[in-house]
Amino acid sequence: MSLLKIKNLHVNVAGHEILKGIDLTINPGEVHSIMGPNGSGKSTLAQVLARREAYAVTAGQILFDGKDLVEMKAEVAACEGVFLAFQYPVEIPGIGNTYFLRSALNAIRKYRGEDEMDAMDFLPMFREKLKLLEMDDKLMNRSVNEGFSGGEKKRNEILQMAVLEPKLAILDETDSGLDIDALRIVASGVNALRNKDRGMLVVTHYQRLLNYIVPDFVHVLVDGRIVRSGGPELALELEEKGYGWIETEAKAPASA
Amino acid sequence: MTTAIQNVDNYLETFTEFEKRAAGTNLGWLRKLRAEAFARFCQVGFPTTRDEDWRFTNVSAISRAQFALPGKSDASLSAAHLKAWRMESSATQLVFLDGQFRSDLSQLGELGGGITVSTIKEEAAKSAKLLEAHLGRYLDIQRDPFSALNTAFAEDGAFVHVARGTALEQSIHLLFISTKADSPRMVHPRNLLVFEKETQATVVEEYVSLGGGTILCNSATELVAGENATISHYMIEREEKDAFNISTLRIELERSANVASHSLLLGGGLVRNNVHPVLAGEGAECLINGLFVGNGKQHLDNYMHVEHASPHCSSRQFYNGILDDQSHGVFHGRIVVHKDAQKTDAKQTNRNLLLSDSAQIDTKPQLEIYADDVKCTHGATIGQIEENALFYLRSRGIEEVAARRLLLMAFAGECLDRMKTGTAREHTEKLIQKHLHTIANHLPGAISPGSDAQRNWEELG
Repeated sequence: MSLLKIKNLHVNVAGHEILKGIDLTINPGEVHSIMGPNGSGKSTLAQVLARREAYAVTAGQILFDGKDLVEMKAEVAACEGVFLAFQYPVEIPGIGNTYFLRSALNAIRKYRGEDEMDAMDFLPMFREKLKLLEMDDKLMNRSVNEGFSGGEKKRNEILQMAVLEPKLAILDETDSGLDIDALRIVASGVNALRNKDRGMLVVTHYQRLLNYIVPDFVHVLVDGRIVRSGGPELALELEEKGYGWIETEAKAPASA
Repeated sequence: MTTAIQNVDNYLETFTEFEKRAAGTNLGWLRKLRAEAFARFCQVGFPTTRDEDWRFTNVSAISRAQFALPGKSDASLSAAHLKAWRMESSATQLVFLDGQFRSDLSQLGELGGGITVSTIKEEAAKSAKLLEAHLGRYLDIQRDPFSALNTAFAEDGAFVHVARGTALEQSIHLLFISTKADSPRMVHPRNLLVFEKETQATVVEEYVSLGGGTILCNSATELVAGENATISHYMIEREEKDAFNISTLRIELERSANVASHSLLLGGGLVRNNVHPVLAGEGAECLINGLFVGNGKQHLDNYMHVEHASPHCSSRQFYNGILDDQSHGVFHGRIVVHKDAQKTDAKQTNRNLLLSDSAQIDTKPQLEIYADDVKCTHGATIGQIEENALFYLRSRGIEEVAARRLLLMAFAGECLDRMKTGTAREHTEKLIQKHLHTIANHLPGAISPGSDAQRNWEELG
């Protein structure tokens, strides 16, 4: 069974149709990349999969692990195994990073009927994951993302993913704003989480990230539709030629 | 501004009766104090919203009611009934039931030398010098009619004296309990807390009810912090939602004294909390920290009057409000810097979260500066629970209600962080957590159970 099956998905945001019929299937173990110009609907797709309610599904279907994802609230989707690494992680003053992450993990464990993890069990596991992302544990005593640099925020997203171990990881422009060193750390963190059961959807504007996280499939999103799919070589082609040609091609129905 | 008291006959009769039988009526100075205060009250009457200090709070429901003083307090109540209201590991707990001290319900722990914990009534019976020296010396009965009314009927309440150089490790817990009232009842608890030079102590005043009814609890506390004293005071209001609670804390800070006042308003229907510190000695420091959480039709008014009377003093006001349903919050922060109070450093911040469309906050800074070398800042914010933060938490598997609770607790946590670690803070934290649990469970758009049954203060006024 496929992990994620999107059929003819239409999504409205504030009365505007942003996604206009998306079809996409991700099988366990596969890494798919969605590329596209600004405003093509990449982030909308990511947010819809994480079940942001302001994004209304007007037609189509999303099956996650055989279950109707559209019916799920954000927290249920998370407990079922969907994880979104945010493009702009939110700062939450007053809630400690470690406390937040343990609360999240325990919410998910509770949902699955597993015992909650106490601080004694949590901390050793957590320290391992911190090492993976080369993160200073002092950051963890601070409030969620508060005062973090752009790179630290993105690493914190991948850290959360490493702790929560989702079935489907969606990375929304995790590369934007990162320098090469941070990019390398984030990518190796992501690669360490690749396995035969986990699916990934890597949303990006630039091909650069895909040098580090090599996808199995690349899809190009233009104006709310996937206009082309291929292997990693498609990303290189886009890097070379830009999005212009593919946009022109997509807008000319005769040649499509 | 002068208003005739609607029930002047009632008050006159009550006061005449009270004067005859009240404790300490044999003390000339006390009799005079009461009589002058009553005269002042009769002269000005209850405030109206035309009065600048009362612009946002309408007390006509109080001025209309025919209040009587309580009779003998309920003897059937035993210490076992009060288990839930004890504060863990407080050194001592004084219990006042309907305004009257009950030694059988109180708990007087080992206090050690230099510490006196007793009652106003008891001290009056002993004609104590300290009582005469301090009682009524600080409270401003000219400006505030409720303070005048309290002084007129001042008879019982806590008396605490800490001798020079003494540090209290544990907190003193003053618990004021109202029982169910079948007819309108008023109590006027009066506390005197005197901390001499170089002392250290924590006092928690807590107001609770064992039943509803038309009850006015009009309390006043005079707190004197001697040179270099370090004092924490907590005011916790969690009475029934139909109670009227007016409280005034008047703090006198001597040279280099450091006082932290923490107010926590959770309960009550119509609540007014006055905090009036006077930084009388050079280099004194005062923190006025507060959290008010309203739902239903609660009206929670925080009135601060910070007086800088000496140079090199600093004051910090931080109040956070969380308001749901049709509750109404008020933050009125008045800072007065006297002519000689150079190098004053005064700061005021009021942050509010409104959880419903019909919740309301009035926030008003008022700076009166007569010195020329001072630093005074003020700021206020009003916002909602941040949608992005809520979604972020939910996207990690945390249920909406739990996520809301986390965000509310984080907001309230700013106030908790300003409290010194210790039993009083733990006690406060538990109360806040429990209360915010209820508030977080109430999702936007849903109607709180029973909110219609509560009074609407605005309509009454």
